Amino acid sequence: MLEAELPLQSIDLRSRPLPVSRRLRELRTVLVHISVPLLVPCAILGLWALAAHNAWVAPQILPAPEVVAATLLEQLRSGELLGHVLISLGRVAGGFVLGGMIGLALGAAMGLSRRVEHYLSPLFTAFSQVPVLGWVPLAMMLLGIGESLKVVLIALAALVPVTINTLHGIRAVPRAYVELAETLRFSRRQLLFRVVLPGAVPATFVGLRYGLSQAWLSLVTVELLASSEGLGFLLVWGRQLFQLDLVLSAIVVVGLIGLALDQGIARIEARLLRWQPTAAAAAGRRA
Amino acid sequence: MSGGVQLARAPQPWSGALRQTGRGVLLPVVLLAIWFGCARLGLFNTRLISSPEQVFSAAVREYRGGAIVTPLLSSLARNLVGLAIGTAFGLLLGALLGASHAAARLLGPSFNAARQVAVFAWLPLISVWLGVGEPAKIAFIALCAFYPVVINTWDGVRSVSHTLHEVADVYALSRFQRWRALIVPGSMPAVFAGLRLALIYAWLGTLGAEYLLAAAPGIGNLMTEGREALAMDKVLVGVAIAGGVGALLAAGAARLERRVLRWRPSNIVNPKEAT
Repeated sequence: MLEAELPLQSIDLRSRPLPVSRRLRELRTVLVHISVPLLVPCAILGLWALAAHNAWVAPQILPAPEVVAATLLEQLRSGELLGHVLISLGRVAGGFVLGGMIGLALGAAMGLSRRVEHYLSPLFTAFSQVPVLGWVPLAMMLLGIGESLKVVLIALAALVPVTINTLHGIRAVPRAYVELAETLRFSRRQLLFRVVLPGAVPATFVGLRYGLSQAWLSLVTVELLASSEGLGFLLVWGRQLFQLDLVLSAIVVVGLIGLALDQGIARIEARLLRWQPTAAAAAGRRA
Repeated sequence: MSGGVQLARAPQPWSGALRQTGRGVLLPVVLLAIWFGCARLGLFNTRLISSPEQVFSAAVREYRGGAIVTPLLSSLARNLVGLAIGTAFGLLLGALLGASHAAARLLGPSFNAARQVAVFAWLPLISVWLGVGEPAKIAFIALCAFYPVVINTWDGVRSVSHTLHEVADVYALSRFQRWRALIVPGSMPAVFAGLRLALIYAWLGTLGAEYLLAAAPGIGNLMTEGREALAMDKVLVGVAIAGGVGALLAAGAARLERRVLRWRPSNIVNPKEAT
C-alpha cells in the first residue's frame, strides 16, 4: 500500500519549466479525481434510465429519471414543495430548540454538580433506553396527532444526545485549565464562563449535531405516521397514489435538507471553535 | 452546585455509594408516588390515563395471556435477522472502503450522499418494491443497521496505524495474514462502536417498520393495538419492553465487546464513534 511512492520522475530536477506532458498528466489527475466519484451515480442513473425506457419494470414501480426530475421541477415551480419544506423545517426548528435547550440545561446541571447528577442520572438513563419511536403511541394518546405531538417527539429525539454530550463535555474540560484558573484566582463566574463552558463546546457540538440529525430523522418518521402536510406527508401521499416520481423527488429533498442542516451546524461549530489550537480542535472533534 | 466544578474531595467509599444510590432512587420514587396519589385521589380519569397498578396488572394479564412473549420474540427475530444482514453488508463495504483507496474514491462519495437521506424516507419506496410484509421490514431494519457499521468499519480499517503496516511490510505478510494479524484486530474497537450504534438503529427501525408496514405480531404492533383500544396500560407495558430490550441488547453488545477486546491494553483510547 505504501511502497512505490518514489518513482524516478520526482527526482529529475533539471527540467524546471514543467514539460507539457507533465501538465497534461496533472490535468488528467484532476479530471480523474473529479470523475471517479461520479462513475457510480452515473452508472446507476444510466441503468435506471435504461430500465425505464425498455420497460423492464413497470413505471408504477420505477418511473424514469426524467419523470422524477420533471416532477421535482414542477413541485418547485408551483411552490407546493416549498410549502411542505417550510412546514417540516418549522417543526424541526421548534422541536430541536426545545429539546436542545432542555438537553443543554440538563447536561450542564449534571456536569457541573455531582449531586444533581446523582439525583437525575438513573432516571435519565432509564428514560433514554426507550427509542424515540417507543414513545409515539403514548404521545399520541396524551397529545393527539396535532402539532404538539411532532414538536414533542422531535424534542425527545434531540434531548438525549445533547444531554449526554454536554455532560461529558463539561467533565472532559482538562483539569489543568481549571487548576490554572484557580491559580489565577478566577471567580466562580469567570471559571464557568471563561473556562468550563468554552472547554465543553467541542463535545457539546458533537451532541447538537447528532441531536439535529436525530431530530430530522424523527420528523420524517412522525410525518410518515401522522401528518397532513410536510415532507413526510408528501412521501406517504405519493406512495398512496402510487406516484413514485413524487416519492423519489421527496427523498431527494429529504437528503438535501439533511445535508444542509448538518453542514450548517458544522459551520457554526467551526466558528465557535476558532479559539482552539488546531491539534486540540482535532482531538475535540474526535472525542 | 456547592462544589462548583469538581474539586478533589476525600473519597468516602461506603457512605458515598449508599448516598448516591439513595439520591438516584429518590426521584423515580417521588414521581411514582405522585402518579399513584393522583390516580387514587381521582385527579384524572383512570379510564383514559392508567394508574400504576393498572399498568402492573396489565403487564401480568398480557403476559399470562401470551400477548407479550410471542410479539417480543417475533420483534426480536425480525430485529436480529435484519441486524445480521445489515451488519454483514456493512462490514464488507466498510472493509472495502477502508482498505482500498480506489474503492473509497469510487464509492465513498455516493455512499455519503445516500446516507444524507433520513433512513425512514426510504420506507415508502421499500414498501412499493418489497411489499408490506416481513421481507420489507427486514430489509428496512438491515438498512438501518447498515450505515453505522459501514462508517465505523471504514474508519477503523483506514486508521490502522502506518507503523504497524510497515512492520507487516518488513515481515512480508501475505494479504490474508495482514488482515488476520493486523487489520481485523486493529479495527475491532471502531467496528464495535459501529455495532453498538447499529443495535440502537435496528431496534428503532424494528419499531418503525412495525408501525408503518403491515400489522404482524410485534412490540410496535402491541403498542399500536393498545393505542387504538385506548388502553394506556398496555401501551405503557410496551414502552417498558421497548426500553428493556434496547438496554439488554446494548448490555449484551458491551459484554461481547469486553470479551473480544480483552487482549487490548486498556490505555488505548477508543476511536471516535462516528454516526
